[in-house]
Amino acid sequence: MLVYWEIFMAFFIPGILGYGGGPASIPLVENEVVVRYGWMSVQEFSEVLAVANSLPGPIATKMAGYIGYEVGGVFGAVIGVFATVAPSLIIMIALLGVLYKFKDSPKVKRLTLFVRPVIAILLGLMAWRFFFESYEGIGLVHTAIIAIASFLLIERIKIHPAFVILGAFIYGGILL
Amino acid sequence: MKTQWQLFLAFFRVGILGYGGGPASIPLVHKEVVDTYKWMRDEEFGDMLALANTLPGPIATKLAGYIGYRVSGVIGMLNAILATVLPTVVLLIVLLSTLASFKDIDWVKGMTAAVIPVVGMMMATLTWQFFDKARKGMGWIQTILLTVAVFVFLYILNVHPGIIIAVLIATALLIRDKKKEKGVKS
Repeated sequence: MLVYWEIFMAFFIPGILGYGGGPASIPLVENEVVVRYGWMSVQEFSEVLAVANSLPGPIATKMAGYIGYEVGGVFGAVIGVFATVAPSLIIMIALLGVLYKFKDSPKVKRLTLFVRPVIAILLGLMAWRFFFESYEGIGLVHTAIIAIASFLLIERIKIHPAFVILGAFIYGGILL
Repeated sequence: MKTQWQLFLAFFRVGILGYGGGPASIPLVHKEVVDTYKWMRDEEFGDMLALANTLPGPIATKLAGYIGYRVSGVIGMLNAILATVLPTVVLLIVLLSTLASFKDIDWVKGMTAAVIPVVGMMMATLTWQFFDKARKGMGWIQTILLTVAVFVFLYILNVHPGIIIAVLIATALLIRDKKKEKGVKS
């Protein structure tokens, strides 16, 4: 029973604090799943994130569903997705009239504005942890080659991330 | 029954075709809801999107849930959310479980190790995008000051990120607006 409560909390908090859509809640999820509850190592979390990123669909619920399933089976998956989706959806449906009045208010615009730097830091540190983990695992040269190659392919040549992840799988399968 | 099937189909397509997380799939939702099935007019959709953005949490399921609710009540809401979420969650669980059963083979270890820097790079790019938006919204100096302050609280004083965000949300709501209708940028 406790584990279901923990799954609920682990996804409820990112769900109500992640301003900027699903991707903004990823570092908050990582904080709960890796740092707080220790359900996964940094490496495992980054693998899940990699495969999740190579599939279509919203990222936050994919992560919640998979991690919930790993920790507490099918019921765990349902709770993870529910905790991610329900709070803000219920507020949206229930408070529509009130929200409508405030949608152009400077207060509301400030919300996203203020939260953004926090999300940026959390994302940056998560990126740093991934790079460090990789440096310890496969060394500086391979890490640098893969990171630079994937940056050029995704951001400059605009190749679809799913293919780049597939490419990394092949690179790793043969060379590492 | 037909409506439920259409709802399911609309959000199934959005879920299965939208790459890059929820925010990237908004144009797909717009196409289904406004162009294909005409459940909403264009202005209504814009208003709804603005409302959804005033709330935290993943955007794709907020839209799916709200549109489903508008079109056919609670059943429609559940239907639209399931159609958005379920296909890719199941796919992810199947893929990762398969991968996990081979994880002791050497070349599979190599594969999973090689993917970490790619994800690191994606997160670094996302980090830059968030910083860039923050800078455009409030300027360099405030962004840097806020960033340093948040960093100190997070990693030197070990405050839970949730508490920091909650305090910032409260601050954003409590600051008094200098003038009505004049997009204050402080």
